[in-house]
Amino acid sequence: MVRFLEQFINGLSVGSVYALIALGYTMVYGIARMINFAHGDIIMVGAYVLYVCKSIIGLPSIVSVIVTIVFCSLLGITIEKIAYKPLRKAPSLAVLITAIGMSFLLQALSLLIFGANPITFPSVIKVSPIYIGSITISGITIITFVVTFICMIGLTYFVNNTKAGSAMRAASEDKPAAELMGINVNRTISMVFAIGSALAGVAGFLYISQYQSLMPTLGALPGIKAFVAAVLGGIGSIPGAMLGGIMLGVIESLSKAYISTQLADAIVFGILVIVLIVKPSGLLGKNSIEKV
Amino acid sequence: MAMLEVRDLDVFYGVIQAIKSVSFEVNEGEIIALIGANGAGKTTILQSISGLLTPKKGSIKFEGRELVKMPTHDIVALGMAHIPEGRRIFANQTVYENLKLGAYTRKSKEETNSILEKVYKSFPRLKERSKQLAGTLSGGEQQMLAMGRALMSNPRIILMDEPSMGLSPLFVNEIFDIIKEINKAGTTVFLVEQNAKKALSIADRAYVLETGKIVIEGSAKELLNDDSVKKAYLGE
Ligand SMILES: Nc1ncnc2c1ncn2[C@@H]1O[C@H](COP(=O)(O)OP(=O)(O)OP(=O)(O)O)[C@@H](O)[C@H]1O
Ligand SMILES: [Mg+2]
Repeated sequence: MVRFLEQFINGLSVGSVYALIALGYTMVYGIARMINFAHGDIIMVGAYVLYVCKSIIGLPSIVSVIVTIVFCSLLGITIEKIAYKPLRKAPSLAVLITAIGMSFLLQALSLLIFGANPITFPSVIKVSPIYIGSITISGITIITFVVTFICMIGLTYFVNNTKAGSAMRAASEDKPAAELMGINVNRTISMVFAIGSALAGVAGFLYISQYQSLMPTLGALPGIKAFVAAVLGGIGSIPGAMLGGIMLGVIESLSKAYISTQLADAIVFGILVIVLIVKPSGLLGKNSIEKV
Repeated sequence: MAMLEVRDLDVFYGVIQAIKSVSFEVNEGEIIALIGANGAGKTTILQSISGLLTPKKGSIKFEGRELVKMPTHDIVALGMAHIPEGRRIFANQTVYENLKLGAYTRKSKEETNSILEKVYKSFPRLKERSKQLAGTLSGGEQQMLAMGRALMSNPRIILMDEPSMGLSPLFVNEIFDIIKEINKAGTTVFLVEQNAKKALSIADRAYVLETGKIVIEGSAKELLNDDSVKKAYLGE
């Protein structure tokens, strides 16, 4: 039972990081109808920026984290502006290939700057674990819960209760009609990239605190898992991304503990396939099916 | 000077010319009707005015300002509202949220609330259903919402694209009464309609569009008595 609970909590923690990343995929898809394949690499950039701020420049941890988030956010805006915005009217295949190209570009740049050898980067989180009965919850897990919880509540409030959030939903639904309300749709898309990438920056900080080893390809795995989570929850749906991410983390963690480490990924993808057969739009997705 | 002045407008879809050297004007306080058959180019003209389409040639001036190449959201901020063809309400947001979006360009909260009260007064049905998702409204209610939403920006001119489409005759009368009221309250109206009889009955002046060209213009009264208009558009 203790082992189950520990694995479950571990799964929730991994899953909430997936959820943060999945939010970026789903929000960008919702408004720009594209899968931003470079999204996972923003996590990687975030991890390196944190490393540079903390270990090379020697900034305090909290400042390093904030710089990381801001940097990722600006990077997201820049990528959208130079790579995706000129393709607003292009066929979706062109956009997809550009996004994949952007992903390679970011990886190649970090390879160029930091080299291919993994860099060890000890966690910046210095919180002591807590013990409930015989269950141990690590400091990183606690911080992960707190941070992701705040991000999700904040985002949900923003999207549902603010003028900018309402404009974002309007632009996701009907761009010309949103323009007719006086909404600057281009600026709204830019804002979505800023938010999604900031969340990826947060995810980069949490992810690297857990794994403590930097590599130019480190964003690929959480990126693809979070993409699966977004599809599982229903791409375009914000609560769907949260649910999908957390479910995926828990399923993965329990499969690893009780079935097989090797089979865990296969099980995750198997569940995705089953969900998509039963409900093609994902768990909380709208029923209109669109090919990506 | 006219409030809205369109000169020598040419609009293309690819190589196909949909609008051919169209000129017209709308004076402050008027109701102007633009009538024409399916595919004549009425929607194309409205979309060019509000910047959703970019004309190839010509000029569109609103209170002296050139609108061609201005982004739609900036045009809206100048005091123009456009009720698009097919209503285009935000189906996944509530009636109240849709109305708030209509007031997106308004900065002052008090002003927005007082306009909202006015809109609720003209459309009590919207008040009753303020928390309902807009996509679940009936067609007529959606049309009310589209109108209410346009009024929320307190516009100086409203462009309307076939507000009577798909409505029962009783409802059509109601909608046209409301258009008259909106105009009486000081808003200029540019009305695109297939229901020529109704449109001419409330308009001051009108233009008839045929395959991208304006073929007849005049006061609404003249057009109601014009033989060719009678034959082609009034079914007499
Ligand atoms: N996106 C488009 N691409 C190509 N041709 C178009 C496009 N939109 C409209 N057209 C063509 O331009 C012409 C004018 O269309 P428009 O929609 O302006 O007509 P309309 O007068 O509004 O008709 P209706 O009364 O049926 O709404 C039509 O021949 C139409 O087929
Ligand atoms: Mg039309």
